[in-house]
Amino acid sequence: MKVEVRYFASLREGLGASQAVEMPAGSTVGDLRERLLSSSPRHAELLARGRAVRCALGQRLCDESQRLGEGAEVAFFPPVTGG
Amino acid sequence: MDARVSVREADFDLSAEVAALRAGDGGVGAVVSFVGTVRDRSDGQALSVMELEHYPGMTEAAIEAMIDEAQRRFDIRGVRVVHRVGPLAAQEQIVLVAVSSAHRGQAFQACEFLMDYLKTQAPFWKKEHTAAGARWVDARVADDDALARWGIRSDNAG
Repeated sequence: MKVEVRYFASLREGLGASQAVEMPAGSTVGDLRERLLSSSPRHAELLARGRAVRCALGQRLCDESQRLGEGAEVAFFPPVTGG
Repeated sequence: MDARVSVREADFDLSAEVAALRAGDGGVGAVVSFVGTVRDRSDGQALSVMELEHYPGMTEAAIEAMIDEAQRRFDIRGVRVVHRVGPLAAQEQIVLVAVSSAHRGQAFQACEFLMDYLKTQAPFWKKEHTAAGARWVDARVADDDALARWGIRSDNAG
């Protein structure tokens, strides 16, 4: 299934605003992060485990155990700093 | 009734926003507002520009959900949140949270709750530009702690 990945702030600067990724059915947000991590040295650096990376599925904050659906919009970004 | 949330580049007028929040509601006996502004220094360096990025759609929805939660928790009448994005100069206004209620206590609490919530759960990112270069602002554990006082766990700062 195809999912759309979006990046914001420092991750957007390093990885671009968005990319489409093909994932096996039943994959989770964590599986997607793993797939992205192994896709390029830059992804490996910016999405590294141990770095504070937050995620959203369908424009809601989520944890990595959440399952992806066809056409899902997933976003990765650093901790938020508004207000 | 006017929209509760506005995320935009344009500045806001506190008096006009409060007047609109109170308009036509005779039950209002208190309005509490918070305005966040851009400090002119960062780590001892003069700040030239603060850039604010957001996640269009998600940001507005997240703030709407926070207002719903504030209305469940507190006896309040109206809420208005304005958050600016784009490039901002030192001393410009960034954010407004205004809450109306019958009595002051609930409005004070709801206003603080909304700011604590917004700081750690709304997708905005600040980038500071100084003579030393540009850098993304780090999230603060103190902001997660502030939200924890309301019984809501946040691990935003990691």
